[in-house]
Amino acid sequence: MLSETRVPIASAFDIVTARQQGRSLAKELGFENAEMTLIAAAISEVSRNIVEYAGHGVIIFQPPNNGARRGLSVIAQDKGPGIPDIAKAMQYGYSSRRGLGVGLPGAKLLMDDFDIVSKAGDGTTVTMKKWLHNAK
Amino acid sequence: MLDVSNPGVPADCEPFTMHVPILKQRDYLIASIQSVLSDEDLLQLRDDLSERVGQYRSRGVIIDVTVLDVIDSFATRTLRTIAHMLKLRGADTVIVGIQPDVAFTMVQLGLTLEGIGTALDLEEGLEYLDRQTRRNVHNVK
Ligand SMILES: Nc1ncnc2c1ncn2[C@@H]1O[C@H](COP(=O)(O)OP(=O)(O)OP(=O)(O)O)[C@@H](O)[C@H]1O
Ligand SMILES: [Mg+2]
Repeated sequence: MLSETRVPIASAFDIVTARQQGRSLAKELGFENAEMTLIAAAISEVSRNIVEYAGHGVIIFQPPNNGARRGLSVIAQDKGPGIPDIAKAMQYGYSSRRGLGVGLPGAKLLMDDFDIVSKAGDGTTVTMKKWLHNAK
Repeated sequence: MLDVSNPGVPADCEPFTMHVPILKQRDYLIASIQSVLSDEDLLQLRDDLSERVGQYRSRGVIIDVTVLDVIDSFATRTLRTIAHMLKLRGADTVIVGIQPDVAFTMVQLGLTLEGIGTALDLEEGLEYLDRQTRRNVHNVK
C-alpha cells in the first residue's frame, strides 16, 4: 500500500464499500482476521457518522508515516456541522440523536490511535490508526 | 431438515438492494441474511418481518446473521428494535450465526443484544424457539 485510497461517503451503501475496502487493505498489509474485523467495525462507525450527521464526506486510507512502523491509517473527513463539544461526543452512551452513543468512543477502543478534530460549523476529521504487531 | 437453499427470491434484483429471503417453517419465520447488508436493507428486513409475522401468525423468528462481517452500533440497535417490534406482534426473536470475530468486536464495543435470544446456528435457534414458545404457553395457563 504505497499511496492513499479514497472512498467517498454519501449514502449508507458507501459505508459497506468503505468497510470492504478497509478490510482488503488490512488483509494486504498482513493484519489477522480478528483485527480486520475490528478495523472494519471502526470504519463502519465513523462512516455512518458522516452519513448521519454531515450527509457526505470521505474515508481516506493511508500508510501511516511513522518510520519503519507499519500499519493502517483511516481518516474520516467531512465538511458537515462539526461537533460543538468533543468531550461530550466522546462519552460512551452520549448521542445527540437516538443512537446508542457508541460510535466514537467505540472506534477509539477498537483502534490503537484515535484523534478527532472538529469545530462547530467547520466539519469533522477523525484520524485513527492500527499498528501491525506481528511485523517482523 | 431445513431447506434454505432455494428461497425463491432472485439473488440480485437491483445492484444495491439485497433481499433477505424470509422462509416459513411451522409457526416460525426464518430470515437468512445472504450478503453484507446496508442500513436500508436492515430497515427493510424490519418492516418485512413485522408484516409477515402478522400475515402468518408466526410465534417466533430466526434471523441468521452468519454472513455479516460486522455488527456495529447501528446494526445492534436495529436488531434490538426488530426483536422488540416482533415481541409486540407476539413473536420471539433469536439471532443465530454471529461469527467469533464479530462477537469479539461486539464485546470490545460493549454492544449487547439485550432481550433477544441468541443461538449458535439454525438448528439451535429452532430449539430455542421451541423452548421459548412452550414457556409462553405455560405462562398463559
Ligand atoms: N461527523 C460528525 N459530524 C457532526 N457530529 C458528529 C459527527 N460524528 C459524531 N457526531 C456527534 O457526536 C455524537 C456521538 O457520536 P457517536 O458515533 O459516538 O454516537 P451516535 O452516532 O449518536 O450513536 P451510535 O454511533 O451508537 O449509533 C453524535 O450523536 C453527534 O452529535
Ligand atoms: Mg455514531
